[in-house]
Order: sequence, then C-alpha cells, then structure tokens
Amino acid sequence: MRFDLQIIASWIEKRSKVLDLGCGEGDLLYFLKHNREVKCTGIERKESRVARCIEKGLSVLQGDINLEILDYPDNTFDYVVLSQTLQQVYEPSELIKNLLRIGKKGIVSFPNFSYWRVRLQLLLTGYAPITRQLPYEWYNTPNIRVITLKDFRKFSRQVDFKIIKEVPINSHSHDRSGKIIKFLPDLFATYGIFLIGKDK
Amino acid sequence: MSEYIEHDKAGVSVGLVEKKSYTFAEPPDEMILECGKKLGPITIAYETFGELNDDKNNTVLICHALSGDSHVAGYYRPHDPKPGWWDIMIGPGKGIDTNKYFIVCSNILGSCMGSTGPSTYNPKTKEPYGRNFPIVTIGDMVRAQKALLDYLGIKKVLSVIGGSIGGMQVLEWSVRYPEMVVSAVPLATTTRHSALAIAFNEVARQAIMADPNWKNGNYYSGSKPDVGLAVARMIGHITYLSDESMRLKFGRRLQEKTNFSHNFEADFQVESYLRYQGAKFVDRFDANSFLYITKAADYFDLEKLHGSGSAVKAFSKTRSRFLVVSFTSDWLYPTYQSKSMVKAMKKNGLDVSFCEIAAEWGHDAFLLPNERLTALIKSFLESTYTESQKQKNEIRSSDNRLMD
Repeated sequence: MRFDLQIIASWIEKRSKVLDLGCGEGDLLYFLKHNREVKCTGIERKESRVARCIEKGLSVLQGDINLEILDYPDNTFDYVVLSQTLQQVYEPSELIKNLLRIGKKGIVSFPNFSYWRVRLQLLLTGYAPITRQLPYEWYNTPNIRVITLKDFRKFSRQVDFKIIKEVPINSHSHDRSGKIIKFLPDLFATYGIFLIGKDK
Repeated sequence: MSEYIEHDKAGVSVGLVEKKSYTFAEPPDEMILECGKKLGPITIAYETFGELNDDKNNTVLICHALSGDSHVAGYYRPHDPKPGWWDIMIGPGKGIDTNKYFIVCSNILGSCMGSTGPSTYNPKTKEPYGRNFPIVTIGDMVRAQKALLDYLGIKKVLSVIGGSIGGMQVLEWSVRYPEMVVSAVPLATTTRHSALAIAFNEVARQAIMADPNWKNGNYYSGSKPDVGLAVARMIGHITYLSDESMRLKFGRRLQEKTNFSHNFEADFQVESYLRYQGAKFVDRFDANSFLYITKAADYFDLEKLHGSGSAVKAFSKTRSRFLVVSFTSDWLYPTYQSKSMVKAMKKNGLDVSFCEIAAEWGHDAFLLPNERLTALIKSFLESTYTESQKQKNEIRSSDNRLMD
C-alpha cells in the first residue's frame, strides 16, 4: 500500500466507519476492512476501478465525489478520507465543508507544491514544474490546484476547520516506502497529510 | 448427463433440469391480492439448481422480467436447441455458481409459463380466467414467491437478483421481507416507471386490445390476437435496444435485397428483425399475460407503497446489502433512476455498491454476455456469503461460550 495510505490507516481507529472519496482500486479500504474491522464505503468515478473494488468485496459507489457527498446525513462517518485528490477538485472549500459535515473527522493528503525541487525547477528553468508527484504538462494535468502545506494551513483558518494532526512525508506517488519529514517540511516534504476536524 | 454438457464461453451448463410446481391458496384460504380481490388456488412453476446447504443460508432467488420464466439455466431435454434464459450467468463456476449456491427461479404470478395467470383454467367458471383474472401487482408476485420459499423451507435468502421487472421484484423483496433478504441485486431497473416507460407499455397494450381477435380477453377457444401481441412485442424490442445498438446492428441496411420493394414489405433489416421477434413471441406468450404484467410494472411504485411517497422512507424498511447496476445505453430505465434509489439507500446508511456499466446494447445489456456484470455479481455474492458465514460463526461461538 502507498506510504501515505499506510500513515492514514494508522490514524483510523478499529471498527470505525470510513468513507474514502476517490478510492481508486480500494487499497486503503481493503486494508482497513481486513485489518481494522472498519465499515467502509468508497466513491470512485471510473467504472473499471469501481468494478475492481467490488470484486475485492468492498462497497463502492460509482460517481462524482462532489455530488455523491451531498446525499449523506450529517456525521454519518467517523472519518472521511480525501487522499491525493484535493489538487484535482474544482471547489475545494465546498468539498471540505461537506466532508466535515458528513464525517466527524477528515483526512486529507495532497502533493506539496513548495517542495524544493518544484521551487528550484520554476526558478531555474522558467517552465511549469514537472515532478514525480506531479508528472504532467500544464495542458494535460488533472491537478488544477496548486497547494502548499502553508496554503492548506491558511485555508483551514479561512474555511474554518481545525488541523488536529499534520504529517509531512517524503515519498513518491506510488511508493510503499517513504519517511516522515521533521526538518523544514515546507521545503522537504513531497506530500502533506492532515487530520482535520470541525471548527475549533 | 455427460453427453449433454455443453460449453459456452462462460463455461459448462448446469445440465438437465426439471420444471416443478407448487399449489397453494386453495379455497377457502385464497390469497387476498393488493387490489382486494381473492385468488386461489395459485400454482407457481419453479426450478431449482444446485444444493441447499445444511445451514440453509446459500439460497439465491432469481426474479425474471416480463416475458421470462422459471427456466433460468440448463436444459429440459438433451436435445433442446437452447438453454435457460440466463445460462451464461448461472451454472457450475459461473457468475452465480451452482456448485456453491442453491438457486431458485419461479415464474411470476400472472404469467403463462406454468404459474397461475389469465390463461389458467378457472375452477369456478370451468374456463380460462381471461379478463376475469384479477389485477396482480409486483407485491402480489413477491408474496407468491415468498409462499414458495416457505414451502421449500427457506427462511433466509443470501441474495435476490433480477433485472427490469425482475429488479422491481428484487426491490419489493428487500423492503417487504427485510428479515429474509441478506442482499439484493437490482439490475437495470427502477423504483417506479417513468412516463416514457408507461407510454410504451400503453401503446403495446393498445395494439393487443385493438386486435379483433382479442375479444375483450376471451379468445382462448378461438383465434388468438397474434397480430396485436406481435406488434406489442415489436414495441418492446425497440425499448430494449438503443439508438446506438440499432445503428450498429442494422443501420439502414436492407434485408436480402438491393433496392426498396416500393410496397410495404420489410425492406430494412430492422423491420425484418422486429417482425421476426414479434412472430416468434406469439408462439410462446399469452396476450392477456402481457397486458397484466405490463400493468403491474406500470403500477409498481415502491415509494408510494412502502414510503408514502418517499424513497428514503421506503428503503428505511430494508436491511439488505445492495449491488445496484445500470447500463449507459439503457433508455428504458436510465442510470438516473438507479442513482436515485442509491441516493435513498445512502440516506438510510445502507451498505450499497453502484456501478454503471458502459454497454451499447441498451436495456437488453443485462441479459447479454458481459464479463464485467458477471464478475460484479460473482464477487458481490462471494463477499456477502463470506460475511454471513462469519456472522453465523460468531453467533455460534458466543452461544457456545454462553453454554460453557
């Protein structure tokens, strides 16, 4: 399982209820179901991935996370996970508000745009940065939002939610291994993982 | 039997099967139908496949659509030209595995394939019911299936599976008998017909009723309203396809000719196809059954019957795990209808999976070979079965602890 998902999994308590927004092929949910006895649901846009999830015995809905999230009553889940998806969301503040409406807590991870290699590339080459975490050209990237760890902290104050825990990591997009960054995370972390809760 | 095992792409057939029947509701204990009228005796034709296990927790109930029957898989005789209607899905090692599950499929009430319907001999009048047959509903069909399962000694069903009108029965089962239905798989279906679906059914019914041979439904002693029924079937077939599938399948190609006939023969392939489907249908189906079943489908309204108009309230009555499947090109029961039932299930915190399968064959897609659908149903059944075994073992071990 991806390194960031391993950290996310370690935060989730046994036998809780979890919704994974953009669950892909269900790696996190499968792990949580079989190792944490979690009652889990996923939402995924792509038919083939939804099918993979159901074939793994998971309960997953095909649909758009921005719309599917609206149907759940308040506090349906203990955790709502949004891993490596925030940078692709058109209306992030709406999504985060809804995420914290239907979930008691949220777990959000995204690639850090203030990673030193990103900064250096832009500074030295003058081209929009292409990294292993964000491997697209400007014209074909699904990652329409540029977010840094600092931006997300500022966003939490503006949208009014609280950051309970923050773990900056250095890992590549599909790597199983990685490390937690303690020293100058804004510069050295490739991803940030945040445990968030409702307003202070 | 070995000489008779056939292989299709999906695998071996379940082999020879036998149609059985169960009769209940003998007067004076007739079944009181939703319309208030009494009906009895009622015979339900059914077939079973595979073995019921000792725990009696491996039953899968299949609900058929408008023109289907209990013959869902296998062959009656070694030289039957065709197997049951869902043989690609049901059999040893197939999507619904006859080595693992005990599969029951019965012919719906009101049909003409062995169960009591308008063409059945009415013991009171000593002639076929015809128009005297009471209006039956999807709920009545499900209650008749429940009576059959009671007779078979089945108290819990691992899964109820069906598409189209069969899917309506699946939904009805899940809210009417929540304690019995562990999981439910409604395919290409709806909680209630749209105006479009009702409109097509009405045109089809009008075609039958306009046939001079229909004679207000009392035609069993003479010529049958074959023309009307054939036209009704043709209309049905248009709704089962899609613009895309008709373009691919027929386009504007002509049938065995290079020029138009300049009369009203079947020039286009699509005309010839519809005429063939219509003509084939009259040999096996009863026009009155067509009227009664389409009306039952039009009347079906899960929200109204079980939730005083609210889908959320209706689904609050079920505890089943769901797998909802729709098909992209199905314009009879489009995806938005599946999504709206999924929404109501979500609001009730139900365990639901939903997949919209990309398929060009319209509503018919659920009956055609489709690896994705097969894989989804297979794994959904497996995970539901594993889960129910686990729960049972937990209950057992806690019972043992109590006894210790």
